[in-house]
Amino acid sequence: MAGEGKTALECRNLWRVFGDAHGGKLANSALPKGDDAIRLAEEMSSAGDIVACGDINLKIKDGEFFVLMGLSGSGKSTLMRCMSRLTEPSAGELLIDGEDFLGISDQELMEVRRRKMGMVFQHFGLFPHMSVRENVAFPLRVQGASEAERNAKADEMITLVGLDGREDAFPHQLSGGQKQRVGIARSLAVDPELWFLDEPFSALDPLIRWQMQSELLRLQTLFHKTIIFVTHDFMEAVRLADRIAIMKDGLVVQVGTPEDIVLNPATDYVAEFVKEAPRTKIIKISQLMEPLKTGKPKKSGGEALHCDMTLEDALSWSAVRGGALPVADEDGNMIGTVPPERLTAALSGGDDGE
Amino acid sequence: MASDITNQSGLDVKFPESVWGWLLIILLALICGVFASSVPWLVKYPQNWFVPLADWINIFTDWFEAIAKPVTRFIGNLLELPMQGLREVLQWVPWPVTVLAVALLALHASGWGLVVICVLASLYIALSGYWEQAMNTMALVGVAVPLSLLLGLGLGIYASRTRSGQRIMPPILDLMQTIPTFAYLIPMLVLFGFGPVVGLIASAIYACPPMVRNVSLGLQSVPEEIREAARMSGSSSYQQLFWVEIPAAMGQIKVGINQTIMAALSMVIIASVIGGFNDIGWEVLSTMRKARFGDSLLAGVVIVFIAIIMDRISAAYANRDYLSSGSDAPSKHHFLIAAGALIVLCAVLKFFDIGTAIEEADWAKSIADWLNLKLDEFVGAYGDILTSIKNFFYFFYLLPLRTGLSQSILPFTWGFDFTGPMRISYAVMCVLGAIGVGMRWGWQKGLGVAILAYLLYFGTTGAPWSVVIATLTYLGWQVGGRKTGLFVLGALGFILLTGMWERAMLSVYLCGAAAIMSFLFGASVGVWAASNDTVSAIVRPICDTFQTIPLFVFLIPTLMFFQLGEFTALLAIIAYAFVPAIRYTENGLREVSPQLLEVAVEQGCTPSQIFWQVKLPLAMPSMMVGLNQTIMYAFAMLVIAALVGTTGLGQQIYQALTAANTGLGVVSGLSMALLAMTADRIMQAWAANRYAGLDG
Repeated sequence: MAGEGKTALECRNLWRVFGDAHGGKLANSALPKGDDAIRLAEEMSSAGDIVACGDINLKIKDGEFFVLMGLSGSGKSTLMRCMSRLTEPSAGELLIDGEDFLGISDQELMEVRRRKMGMVFQHFGLFPHMSVRENVAFPLRVQGASEAERNAKADEMITLVGLDGREDAFPHQLSGGQKQRVGIARSLAVDPELWFLDEPFSALDPLIRWQMQSELLRLQTLFHKTIIFVTHDFMEAVRLADRIAIMKDGLVVQVGTPEDIVLNPATDYVAEFVKEAPRTKIIKISQLMEPLKTGKPKKSGGEALHCDMTLEDALSWSAVRGGALPVADEDGNMIGTVPPERLTAALSGGDDGE
Repeated sequence: MASDITNQSGLDVKFPESVWGWLLIILLALICGVFASSVPWLVKYPQNWFVPLADWINIFTDWFEAIAKPVTRFIGNLLELPMQGLREVLQWVPWPVTVLAVALLALHASGWGLVVICVLASLYIALSGYWEQAMNTMALVGVAVPLSLLLGLGLGIYASRTRSGQRIMPPILDLMQTIPTFAYLIPMLVLFGFGPVVGLIASAIYACPPMVRNVSLGLQSVPEEIREAARMSGSSSYQQLFWVEIPAAMGQIKVGINQTIMAALSMVIIASVIGGFNDIGWEVLSTMRKARFGDSLLAGVVIVFIAIIMDRISAAYANRDYLSSGSDAPSKHHFLIAAGALIVLCAVLKFFDIGTAIEEADWAKSIADWLNLKLDEFVGAYGDILTSIKNFFYFFYLLPLRTGLSQSILPFTWGFDFTGPMRISYAVMCVLGAIGVGMRWGWQKGLGVAILAYLLYFGTTGAPWSVVIATLTYLGWQVGGRKTGLFVLGALGFILLTGMWERAMLSVYLCGAAAIMSFLFGASVGVWAASNDTVSAIVRPICDTFQTIPLFVFLIPTLMFFQLGEFTALLAIIAYAFVPAIRYTENGLREVSPQLLEVAVEQGCTPSQIFWQVKLPLAMPSMMVGLNQTIMYAFAMLVIAALVGTTGLGQQIYQALTAANTGLGVVSGLSMALLAMTADRIMQAWAANRYAGLDG
């Protein structure tokens, strides 16, 4: 998880409303906050407008894997389109690297997209008339790079996503997974800082989806991009995210790490998602542990649960041992113990670990 | 189940209270019928109420021409330059080189099959002695097509990209595609003066709507994600349009290119009526005028072959998937070799003076003479039979439709008089029939019988204008809502006010007569083809070829046997207009879901029950579209048929053309377009209702 790094992208009171029944209620100077904003959103919906994004306040950190999660119609895709200005926000502020992103000229916007942004699309958005190489090289061609330069970079990216040998193929000759690899290679060709992925794996088979998620995690360990990833699949969100924002009806209902959300769903709506989630694969031992009373950690001196271990692993480990289980940190220091009954309680959802 | 569908025609679903409107119209019709002498203005529109729009247009044109002449003449000369240049080149190049170039193009576009067709066709053109005329035509087409494509591309981008374009282009295109071909020539003639440039500009403008439509359609159907991907890559709008959207839409755009090429060729041929340019259309026309039909046929075949070559090659390029062309397409390298080889061959042939155009081909001449002789013999031997066929159709089909039974039943035509008691019994029969049909199949069908009976009695030209306008306006309003009703009223009002009504009704009558026969014939063939794969396989290429042939050519065989006259025009129109009826009928019937048919079989329907009660009602919307297309085709051909003797608007336009009378040409051309659009709007709304009825 990215630590306390600087903020890469920030939304302040960001709104996107479709329809015009709301009239002038969204003047930038007088944007409502908190509950007032929720009330305004409800008011506008009942007047017939569609509030795709209502009062969005988010800070996405440099190098963070941030997932926007919600069902269809929740506004997650619109929010991402607002962040990249494929859709213009109706009101509010958007800052990239601390600088205003909404007020810049078209020319500047084009430059930002050329240098700083990459996007992957749900249905791949590949150019049907271009070969794989031409597709990947396209963002460089737009910038005016020479043919040799852009082809070299494109081939490098194609190798990176494992499509060697398919450089001259056309999109219609590729499988879904291969197409999305091209989409990923293209979006990374200019080495962007902000990487937008709009439900990139939704159109793929479950098995391929799993592979592609692993692939994405691998790429992220290589590049450490700031990722904004949209999905409707809670499991995908949990697997990939550093932090998740859950959206419903255009509003963000909860932001937090996957564990936070699983253990402390903020609303019934979130709890519905969490119920489906395999808790044993998400809850980590560190959240169930009773910390040592003596302030100083000591060497575990042998067998102990690891604090990053999932509940599932801990259970199988504990089956061969009795009594309170010791827990060690990254350095092997004993930092606490877990009573086995707490593991089983966590399994059934009866214990929230607090 | 099937009968449910039949009853769900748009009329009774939407406006059950509309009966009152129809009763008012019937009342109006009765007034016009019984008290015609006391309200003559309701029957025949008084001449002194005309608006002299044509004169006003002429005044404007004279004024405009005086100002614009230097500019238009300059443009004309500018365009003449590349056209004459291309003409010189095409005439200079030895014909074997041109044939070889066509063959290479065919090979590149498709394969050896196409090469064989194209080489045989172009060999005929070269050896028949019409090479010079054919190359003159090609010079016109060769300049008109790029102009038209550029114009179409620009307007297509405008039509798809901007809000104003999306709003104003579709109606403009509708108008451009319904304005008769001859009508295009008149203002050009006035502005640019006599000469081939008129045909050039007219065909560049006439041929661009399909390109506009296809470019716009193609651009609009580029997936949103592809557009977004281009934007997110930081494309400028120029890069996005020319690097991404247009190439991605190329499949559709190529369809537009094919259609534009064919439209340009068609117009260039038609423009030959202006004369002054030794092209192939003129050759056909002048030999037809001299009644040397053998020569016309041989020259007509040249036109057909040019059309086939151009259509098949451009269609092959359009159908070729640009995605698969990556690996096997010849490279630039191949292209350069081919071009070099052609130039060398050209030089060699020139040096030995081989391959200059054959001016008079003896074999073709003797075939033409033989044909002329045989034709004379045939017409001499069977002239009586041909005349009786002609008279039969004229007296028993055309005349009643035109002037109504009231005028056409005479001792001279039908062999007896339409006496008073007969007239009364006709009226009684019609009323009883209408009521009977109404009781059995719903009041709309009864009303339809009544309208037809009324029309048949008074004839298209004899029916009072007030009743015709009221009926059509109300019908338009019933099937298509207020907008359609107002359009019909406005269109017919224009025709009435400008004094075109009688001419227009003559056109409606001939067009209607041709459309009925085309549709009956086409639908029957379509039904047969839908049930028999062999028939379908035979009919399909015939339809394709008929659609490729420029309209003009259809006049030759009909004129050959039946001389000038409406029956000849009728046959020419039918020959052109039956194709869509076949196609849409066959498709409609073939697309009926097999599951529904299985249900019908399971319920024990006989084959004839399945056809009449399941298949036909389900195919009806498609057949309606086919009927609509048939009517549009008939309108298009009607104008050309003016050359072989019709009396309607088409002839008026042709007269305006020969007299270079812009006002008359524009007003009658617009009237023709408005008639076609009226028919189109009503038919489309009706078909749409039918579709909606099927969904519900």
